[in-house]
Amino acid sequence: MPGSRCGLTGESQRFRFGGRRTAQMTRSTDNPWLHRFAVLTALATWVLIWIGGLVTSHGVGMSVPDWPTTYGYNMFFFPISKWVGGIFYEHTHRLVASGVGLLTVILFVWLALREERRWLRRLGALAVLAVVAQGVLGGLRVTALKDEIGIFHATLAQLFLVMICSIALFTSRWWIQSGDQGRAAAGVAGKGCLVISGLILLQLVIGAVMRHQHAGLAIPDFPTAYGKWWPDMDAEAVSRYNQMRGEVTAVNPITAFQIGLQMVHRILGVIIVGAVVWAAIGVIRCFGGSSLPGRLSTLWLVTLLIQVTLGMATIWTNKSADVATAHVAVGALSLVMGVMLALMVWRLGPTWRTAKDFDGAGARVGVPAPGEARLLA
Amino acid sequence: MDRLIGYMKPNLAYLNSVLAFAAVVPVATAAEISGKIKLNGTPPPEKTITMDAMCGKLQPKPVTTRHYVVGADKGLANVFVYIKNADLKAPPAGEAQLLDQVGCMYEPYVMGVVTGQKFKIRNSDPLLHNVHATPKPGSGNKEFNFGQPVKGQVNEKQFDAPEVLVRMKCDVHPWMFAYVGVVNHPYFAVTDKDGNFKISGVPAGKYTVEAFHLKAGAKTQEVTVGADEKKALEFTLDVPAAP
Repeated sequence: MPGSRCGLTGESQRFRFGGRRTAQMTRSTDNPWLHRFAVLTALATWVLIWIGGLVTSHGVGMSVPDWPTTYGYNMFFFPISKWVGGIFYEHTHRLVASGVGLLTVILFVWLALREERRWLRRLGALAVLAVVAQGVLGGLRVTALKDEIGIFHATLAQLFLVMICSIALFTSRWWIQSGDQGRAAAGVAGKGCLVISGLILLQLVIGAVMRHQHAGLAIPDFPTAYGKWWPDMDAEAVSRYNQMRGEVTAVNPITAFQIGLQMVHRILGVIIVGAVVWAAIGVIRCFGGSSLPGRLSTLWLVTLLIQVTLGMATIWTNKSADVATAHVAVGALSLVMGVMLALMVWRLGPTWRTAKDFDGAGARVGVPAPGEARLLA
Repeated sequence: MDRLIGYMKPNLAYLNSVLAFAAVVPVATAAEISGKIKLNGTPPPEKTITMDAMCGKLQPKPVTTRHYVVGADKGLANVFVYIKNADLKAPPAGEAQLLDQVGCMYEPYVMGVVTGQKFKIRNSDPLLHNVHATPKPGSGNKEFNFGQPVKGQVNEKQFDAPEVLVRMKCDVHPWMFAYVGVVNHPYFAVTDKDGNFKISGVPAGKYTVEAFHLKAGAKTQEVTVGADEKKALEFTLDVPAAP
């Protein structure tokens, strides 16, 4: 195929604008700049999640009471001199979100014009729908004064990041060339990574529920909970906990539900770390530690350990905004890594049962893969 | 005759309004409940509020939280004292209450209004605040959130259901929060810096008086007052024990 460096298939299309032929575009699976742009969009989305975390960590989500305007201004012309206090975080969040929306639309158009795989073009369209829905959810959370909407907003943010990262993975040379080997069967490790990613998503949703209750720390100590391994949660005890708090900011009173939720969050965290250790060992044993999945699984485990440390630090620092925000952002990263690893393992094929079939670089023994060795090195 | 009727009309209207006022506010038979709220125990130290640069310029001295403001003779300030009888209803007396924003703090920290009574919210700072009311879900009061970007801006709001206490906050400056007690009548008071309170104009009757403090909790006392009678009550609230 002319213009393709990897011998990939493609199709040519003529695009007409206003009845005059202006360009001849070629659809291909090999679009390195499209891949780089998808990576950029993913990075911008992750930054946006950081800023969103800062908004909730500082408790300033309602500091701009109107939407899509900002104190009556067109948001893009809101004077910088008025970006004070909580407005700085909330307004920055809105502006960066607009930027991510624009990047997503460009990514969609780029995919529509240059990407050969129809399902991937549809994924690009889905990403646009998701980013629009995300913006509307964010706006409604402000104008409808509903904390619950914030939970959906936070959850969709995580799913959107996964979506964009998936597009980045699907447009990568690694994915395209691995696909040439015809390894399409899902193995135990892939399913395991996917199940663990589901648990991480559940954990992130629990975290979002905790954050969007705007009640601060429901349990102020760790590893104990109000000095016990399982805290009292009757009405009298909860009332006493609230009376004992010396809150500096306007946090809501805590409830027994929130205390129970934080206990579930702690327990699920331990389960996830154990599961990731198991999955990482499995992937490394299968593909080798120096392979891309092997390296990613090691990184995944390290990320999870950092995440647990940040979770503990969130409590020990009395929910310091920076620490709590880092906990949100690294949580998003751990979800992305889990899903990417699951997709990679799925792409490469069965793992546990056929470990001997793969060499240390993750390539299947006896199956030629032109260019793969160079890319994996 | 027409001239006579024309002369009488405004005077009759005046007489009518005076009689109506007397029927609503029985001034001549009003009792008074006063007293003091004391705090038992040593409260935890207040925390210093770290303001941003702009607000910091408005506060020459360090500002702390106001969970326990204890004055002379262990008197506890910011206690909302009110007649708790659910069937007691009366219109507001006096001028509209004012919740002010001064030096990036709400003043007063605790205040009271009657259901349906409009109260004023003012921004006295040369910077922007938002005013966010967060009543309890299911209380019957509506949450609201609006901006006050201009110094001197005054808005009027009201709450339609009794609720002790509704929290007001500024999300731009998250350390700014205050509370509004909403009851069906004007028979309430907020203790001063020494824990003293006075509820005037109370109709004769038997009542349950509650003293509610956000951290020290609530206590009630039964009291019966006759016409023009003055009763003194003393409450002692406790610093809660550690869990």
